Amino acid sequence: MKKNNSFDQSPDRSKYPENGPDNKPDIDLSSGKYSKVWQGPNHPGVTGNMSLELTLCGDEIVDAKTHVGYLHRGFEKLFERRLYMQVMPTCLRMCVPESDTNEYCFAEAVEELSGIEAPEKAKWLRMLVLEMSRLQMLLRVVPGQGGAFGLGIGVQWGMYVRELVLDLFEELTGGRVYHMYMLPGGVRGDLPEGFRERAQSVMDEVFRFAERIDNVMFTNSVFKKRAIGTGYIDPSWVDQYGIVGPNARAAGYKRDIRKDHPYLRYDQLDWEVPVLENSDVFTRSRIRWMDMQVTASLIGQILEKMPEKGSFKAPTPNALNWRIPKGETYVKAEASRGEFGYYVVSDGSAYPRRIMLRGPSYTHAIALLERLLIRANIADVGAIMVSLQTCPPEIER
Amino acid sequence: MQDIVDKIRSRYDVSEVTEQRENLTFVTVEKDQVVPLLMQMRDQEGFSHFVLLTAVDWIEEGVFQLTYILNHPGKKVDLGIRAHINREHASMESAHHLWQQVATYQRELKEMFGIDFPGSPRVDEEFFLEGWDHTPPMRREFDTKKFSEQTYFPRPGSKSYDPREYMKQKLYCDDYEEEQ
Repeated sequence: MKKNNSFDQSPDRSKYPENGPDNKPDIDLSSGKYSKVWQGPNHPGVTGNMSLELTLCGDEIVDAKTHVGYLHRGFEKLFERRLYMQVMPTCLRMCVPESDTNEYCFAEAVEELSGIEAPEKAKWLRMLVLEMSRLQMLLRVVPGQGGAFGLGIGVQWGMYVRELVLDLFEELTGGRVYHMYMLPGGVRGDLPEGFRERAQSVMDEVFRFAERIDNVMFTNSVFKKRAIGTGYIDPSWVDQYGIVGPNARAAGYKRDIRKDHPYLRYDQLDWEVPVLENSDVFTRSRIRWMDMQVTASLIGQILEKMPEKGSFKAPTPNALNWRIPKGETYVKAEASRGEFGYYVVSDGSAYPRRIMLRGPSYTHAIALLERLLIRANIADVGAIMVSLQTCPPEIER
Repeated sequence: MQDIVDKIRSRYDVSEVTEQRENLTFVTVEKDQVVPLLMQMRDQEGFSHFVLLTAVDWIEEGVFQLTYILNHPGKKVDLGIRAHINREHASMESAHHLWQQVATYQRELKEMFGIDFPGSPRVDEEFFLEGWDHTPPMRREFDTKKFSEQTYFPRPGSKSYDPREYMKQKLYCDDYEEEQ
């Protein structure tokens, strides 16, 4: 029997739209070749609410638009009629899953503008909390990438280990998700007795989890088949689209604010910034897996090198009459998703004139995602969004 | 950083320089010099990473301050470029052709502050707000409390406090009662 080998597996692009003068596909919806699909605002590809307006040709995306506005809370406007200290419990809600970076950036900006320096011990405690925050985020996101492709087991394991980190947070700060631990001037409390040993045993659990997730996810043939080559970021796009953090490091850019603009006491820690090449879903996931282990190692170092004794809070003026001298600053930190910063302007009164958050998702989830989704398969949309670690709450402040 | 500030001074009308930190400097230039300066910083000086664009409303002086922050990944420094534009018929030259994400910032500023960026992609499309025909909400004259009271029905039993007064009352309840 004659075997038919002439079947061509490559997609038929004869109906594919030509690019217009603005380099975007010239789509005529009335031609009947295309269909519009709204994905979101609630779907598993993203934390929070955001929707995508997708134009499809078959199951391939030919145009994508990000729509936001589902959870705008008007925080930046609210801050204008809050005292500086009253901004604290609100600002950390700007990005729910990783709230501590908000606390740090705001506290540091207020200290810088008012000429206050946090004590040495507070700097180490802040660094500890920031790394724990990064770790709990990565414990969700790394296995979550497998979850986007239907590999749920890693998510269950990750959530278990994350709960152990949240236990540590509860012990140190009293809160599991929102901590309100870093205040202008320092932090709210010292390490509880026996915390170092308990934290170290959780870090051991993190390393065991990293090994298991390596076996289950990164060697899984289905995961590799779906993730390798999907959502590829060309290295030339990094500056063009404002790509930061693991998404840029997966494209070969060795950029990390903890190394490039060392803040707190990061210059006293011994570590290497993970860098890979070919930034696709697989590589971005892999670099976060590496980040997770680096973070666990940093937490171990911080606990070891942190001074035993010392003040953790510098004296600050009465919160009700605290007037910050006129000025402006931009304070940034490396969150698990990349550059996260606060632009704070003071007019010399007790109320901020302007506070603006710069979050990595602002560029990743709009300009970059709209570009990445073109020619992607509709089944990969959720996975591409997870791989960019999009967080709409930091877009809609 | 001083060498870059000197270069900027030699070519542009710099009215103010603020060295905030060793790795963060702000310069204030005229509004029509912003886009050429951004382009020069990106193409000739290596400030390849565009960090943010935002506005500050100085209503007392009748101006908006636009702040663009750039980062130099090699020298590891940040440069803030400030310009003032008139609040009435606020408009600014678009910089969307320099970095892809600038259009998003400009779209937000159009909606939230009413600052126009003619030619910027999708600048007139709704971004966060839907069917908004009021004052752009981030302008200082927009009173959120008054808007809420006029727009929404108050729930029975709900009270509204001045944040500062309420905090004072909670923290220093004895003194507060005496004052009253």
